[in-house]
Amino acid sequence: MKVGLFIPCYIDQFYPQVGIATLQLLEKFGCNVSFPLNQTCCGQPMANSGFAALSKNCDKNFVANFRGFDYIVGPSGSCVLHLKEHLHDEQHPGEAEHIRKHVYELTEFLVDILKIEKLEASFPHKVGLHNSCHGQRGLHLSSMSERMLPAFSKPQQLLSMVKGLELTLPVRSDECCGFGGTFCVFEEAVSVKMGKDRIADHATNNVEYITGGDVSCLMHLEGILKRNGSKVKTVHIAEILNSNA
Amino acid sequence: MSTSKLSHAEAAEQFIKDEPRTDWHDETLWFVRQKRDKAAHGLPEWEKLREWASQIKDHTLSNLDNYLLEFERNANANGITVHWATDGADHNRIIFDIIQQNNIQKIVKSKSMLTEECGLNEFLHAKGIETVDTDLGERIVQFRNEAPSHIVLPAIHLKKQDVSDTFHEHLHTEKGNNDPQYLTEAARQHLREKFIESELAITGVNFAVAETGGFVVCTNEGNADMGAHAAKIHIACMGFEKMIPKAEHLSVFLRLLARSATGQPITTYSSHFHKPREGQEMHIIIVDNGRSRQLGRADFRNSLKCIRCAACFNTCPVYRRSGGHSYHTAVAGPIGSILNPNIDMRANADLPFASTLCGSCSNVCPVKIDIHDQLWKWRQVLVAEGYVDTTKKIGLQGMAFVLARPGLYRFAGKAGRAVMRMFPWLLNNKLNPWYKQREMPAPPKESFRDWYIKNKQQ
Repeated sequence: MKVGLFIPCYIDQFYPQVGIATLQLLEKFGCNVSFPLNQTCCGQPMANSGFAALSKNCDKNFVANFRGFDYIVGPSGSCVLHLKEHLHDEQHPGEAEHIRKHVYELTEFLVDILKIEKLEASFPHKVGLHNSCHGQRGLHLSSMSERMLPAFSKPQQLLSMVKGLELTLPVRSDECCGFGGTFCVFEEAVSVKMGKDRIADHATNNVEYITGGDVSCLMHLEGILKRNGSKVKTVHIAEILNSNA
Repeated sequence: MSTSKLSHAEAAEQFIKDEPRTDWHDETLWFVRQKRDKAAHGLPEWEKLREWASQIKDHTLSNLDNYLLEFERNANANGITVHWATDGADHNRIIFDIIQQNNIQKIVKSKSMLTEECGLNEFLHAKGIETVDTDLGERIVQFRNEAPSHIVLPAIHLKKQDVSDTFHEHLHTEKGNNDPQYLTEAARQHLREKFIESELAITGVNFAVAETGGFVVCTNEGNADMGAHAAKIHIACMGFEKMIPKAEHLSVFLRLLARSATGQPITTYSSHFHKPREGQEMHIIIVDNGRSRQLGRADFRNSLKCIRCAACFNTCPVYRRSGGHSYHTAVAGPIGSILNPNIDMRANADLPFASTLCGSCSNVCPVKIDIHDQLWKWRQVLVAEGYVDTTKKIGLQGMAFVLARPGLYRFAGKAGRAVMRMFPWLLNNKLNPWYKQREMPAPPKESFRDWYIKNKQQ
């Protein structure tokens, strides 16, 4: 199984440990993983700000890097959703389509394609799960409180295999944290207020860590936690699933 | 309508300054959202009902011309006078003509977001004619000279204390008495007088039935009925999207509307009007005001399926923390953010950006409007039409340029991280909106790619 490792730009630059954990995890399960060296960004920041027309060359670069893989896997529901919905390349429409259909968010890939049933991971901490909106509602990684459908959660399923981990959910189990891409800058006040409220909800469970499948949400929450001198830390789900503490 | 000149982000920032009030607003609306969840979970066929409602609306919008004409024929046959208004000004003029022809002085009005959209109260006020809003929440905001901040709960931004102060000023209630029972009773006595005196009643329309030429008005207070039953003239105002083909379709919509709005099984009053009573005049004004333009926009026509339940308001994490007035339009919230750019693109260009695109709005929508996808599409339209801030435009153009060039991206990344490490104050200052209330991420020496080349590519 040839897997193309997609590490979103801001993870590449600011959270390399998440990329490392993702790579090691996929290798543990026997995937033949390679990281195309000329990848940059999925184009979401432009597209979600109304500049989808500007992301054409980004798309082209993405297709050039990720053609020819059986699967493309990335540790970010939001970027993966963007690719699934919007990746196009006029010169290589077939290859773009193949990518759209074979790009997976990490937990989705582990559960649906690799069908992981056990993990050699241990993380003896109290952890709160943050469901990121694009993964949850866009990629259907877990059931949603608004819909009258059977309950399930791919991230939770995986976290339940981690030794020593005590999982808690906030009362508002799937409310947005307020990151929202450029929203976090252009609607700074609402964005921060939403983040503070998310943290407060997790804090009532006395969590040591907040985890999730999107570094963007975690980066936003981390920024608020650090500013307020909180002891609560953020950690990407790949780091927990790959941990051997 | 609000005369606020502030953008959504600016008005929201003002609102959030009072954090305890913001928390209270958030929690109150979340409580309504939870009531909606409970009611929806109580019906095993909930998702099926949504699908039916969506399909009935799709069908109606595709055959709207026929259904509107069928409605007009049947309404005329019932003795109702049907008027057509191309825009808000037209709508207001039709009402003013009826007022003048009948020499009307006393007007009561039940809740109608359409009349808010058309600015009817302001228009009549400028002509020296006062209307009394009879919905309790609407009456409260009318006393305060404010716009409703929510389409179902118009005064949800106010606390009991605010209402008490307002009633003390306008109804001379006891100062500092915040007892809801006492305040409601004061409003009831005051409104009763208005109902008795009224010569003209204006109501909205929730559903107009083509097959019967009748219409349905839903209220929890019975105030639409009190007005319409007492006055000698009843004018009902509706946007043309309120049409449904048959009376039997009401069984789907009436079950969805109140559950989605407040978690009630049905509104306390779902009043069916079919013809004027003897000696009464009944008018219905069917308003376009940009709706035909929206119908013609393939990406946005779905927004006309809206039945104004406000479920998308209550679930929206942005609305709950920014308050309805920050949307500076008659219809606030997520649905307002896709309806209002159609009415005035320039004035409302900020609204589709007042969202994190979390998608909760689309999930609660009883008629399955793809609200968050339409917000995304509006952003593309607004940028293409040039309604975007220059700084933002330059920033994103620069970003797109760098991200399309792997070498440049890597150089910029490395340089950026080095600058952040050596000169943190360049970013850690008040010009950076991220830094205002959040720390910047710690820049590592090595990118993932650097690590990969070192450890995996030998």
